[in-house]
Amino acid sequence: MSIETMPLSKAINAGLRKAMQDDPKVLLMGEDIGPLGGVFRVTEGLSAEFGTGRVLDTPLAESGIIGTAIGLAMRGYRPVCEIQFEGFIYPGFDQITSQLAKLTFRHEGALSMPIVIRVPYGGHIGAVEHHQESPEAYFAHTAGLRVVSPSTPNDAYWMIQESIASNDPVMFFEPKSRYWPRGEVDVERNPLPLHATAVAREGSEVTVIGHGAMVTTLLQAADIAAEEGTSIEVLDLRSISPIDWEPILASVRKTGRLVVAQEAPGFVSVASEIAATVTERAFYSLESPVLRVTGFDTPFPPAKLESVYLPDADRVLEAVDRALAY
Amino acid sequence: MSYTAATIQLLSPEGSLVDSDAGAEYRQYIDELTDDQLREFHRQMVVIRAFDMEATNLQRQGQMALWVPSLGQEAAQVGSAFATRPQDHIFPAYREHVIARIRGVDPVDIIRMMRGVTHGGWNPAEHNNLHIYTLVIGSQTLHATGYAMGVKFDGASGTGDLDKDIATVVYFGDGATSQGDVSEALIFAASYQTSQLFFLQNNHWAISVPVTRQSPVPLYLRPSGFGIPGVQIDGNDVLASYAVSRKNLDETRVGGGPRFIEALTYRMGAHTSSDDPTKYRTNAEVQFWQERDPIARFETYLRSLGADDAFFAELAEEAADVAADTRKRTLEVVPPPNEFIFQNVYSEPHPRIDEQREWLAQYEASFGSDA
Repeated sequence: MSIETMPLSKAINAGLRKAMQDDPKVLLMGEDIGPLGGVFRVTEGLSAEFGTGRVLDTPLAESGIIGTAIGLAMRGYRPVCEIQFEGFIYPGFDQITSQLAKLTFRHEGALSMPIVIRVPYGGHIGAVEHHQESPEAYFAHTAGLRVVSPSTPNDAYWMIQESIASNDPVMFFEPKSRYWPRGEVDVERNPLPLHATAVAREGSEVTVIGHGAMVTTLLQAADIAAEEGTSIEVLDLRSISPIDWEPILASVRKTGRLVVAQEAPGFVSVASEIAATVTERAFYSLESPVLRVTGFDTPFPPAKLESVYLPDADRVLEAVDRALAY
Repeated sequence: MSYTAATIQLLSPEGSLVDSDAGAEYRQYIDELTDDQLREFHRQMVVIRAFDMEATNLQRQGQMALWVPSLGQEAAQVGSAFATRPQDHIFPAYREHVIARIRGVDPVDIIRMMRGVTHGGWNPAEHNNLHIYTLVIGSQTLHATGYAMGVKFDGASGTGDLDKDIATVVYFGDGATSQGDVSEALIFAASYQTSQLFFLQNNHWAISVPVTRQSPVPLYLRPSGFGIPGVQIDGNDVLASYAVSRKNLDETRVGGGPRFIEALTYRMGAHTSSDDPTKYRTNAEVQFWQERDPIARFETYLRSLGADDAFFAELAEEAADVAADTRKRTLEVVPPPNEFIFQNVYSEPHPRIDEQREWLAQYEASFGSDA
């Protein structure tokens, strides 16, 4: 076993390096990803190592990045595009949803679209507008895309490589508030398939589930609850589309209660989908309604209010208490 | 917006060769064409017009949801298509019926798309690199540019070998020039110095909005701001379309950087079968372009070279046969099976798709064998 300790940003960097070493058709595209290494330094050193022919500092145009990545994929390349911040993805939204997502269907399988779009997302970093949002539901709603989000350095290292190896387009959401904390990475053994949901902490009374940075909040909530004598099971969703239902249903069958948490607004969201599906498939196991703890259905507020907007451990525990009160 | 002093024209609307300084550098490409090649240009224009008119009729008779006529734009398309070489890749918009046909696509595959049985219609790899239609305006310009970037990274262009270096051609219209994607494609093409030809068919109307609303200056000037040379041609002159495309394609394929051609043509029919051009344009304008018809002038030219009545009669018969065959095979097109909905949404297995496919099969089966 070979364990290395590194932050999530470096784990993605290591995963990208490995994928580029393994397959000469993998190339990186994005704004400021060359000598600068990206605004979060995720691609640091890769331009020097692989050259500007494989790490493309592109013009500042998101639709151009995605659209030309599509052409490159048609030519046999496996582009990995970086969107600088999630709030800047919308100029590329048409190329992602109307072209990238549908080209394999439109070609009736005659071509694949092995493109990864890396998207730093989420709050907790005190940034200005358009730099703290969680737009993953838009993409999960679009057939033809796969959507994932790692929460740990180990998952980040493996999931980026699995996403690049996928012949389908993958939206790879990186929880930017988790870029810096370090964690252990097993660089020899891949723990789980790309689309598996993981049990992050076992418990017996209430199941809580989330993805990305929210998993950290859920683990904090479980710690606090344990001190108060309540056993919470924490699930790390990892894959937003498709969703790995069986571990979620198994957990709900065990605990009878489910709280779904996310930073994104709750209306028509990943949490809505989980609540609806669990209700359909585990109705007789539920002791209480599935509850959602989410961002408000408002624009992401100015940063001084983000701690009010973003669900924290207390808001998760408030929902846990409501679930237990049924 | 019509012909300007800069418009390259090699064959006049009256059907005689034009001797001009501006056209001089392109004349050699015409001089190299054989009589058989010239007749093939005409054959393709006449046949596709018959096909196109039959398709319009089929739509009017309820056999297609929509038809997108190419009537009037035959010369711009035929000339540029014959200027490509076999190794080239072509990204059409959705009106390039004769280009598709020249590259080996069965035009009934285009009808299948409009008849609601496919969103694509053919595999580019099996049809001489003719990529499928793109319906969102301008999107394909970025795909073409990315493809050309890949060609360049592969070292498959810019070597100086005209028979191997790959050029990528993308077709788009005057309306598309207002789309951000087209500007971004020009930017990426210029930045990466792709071997690429931007071929703009300015047919003067984006549905009901005139080209003057898209641009106050001639569109061939647009790319100069991106560092890409542009040239304007008489798009109803198949010789100009061929020669100017041939020259620009061969210059870009060997590494001369991206090129841009604005072909001035006119959409003689409606934008699609869903619109009514009498609401927004004048008879005088239509008449102006009627007098500059691409096929009529080329027939005059071919007659001056010795083509006789028998040639044109035979061609008319062939065109009528293609139209009849199109009608027959259109009526034979059947819907795909339900299973089609779930196929190829993803390249790799996907549990949600599998569940829904299974559900639908069980639901259908629940009606019993009589259903």
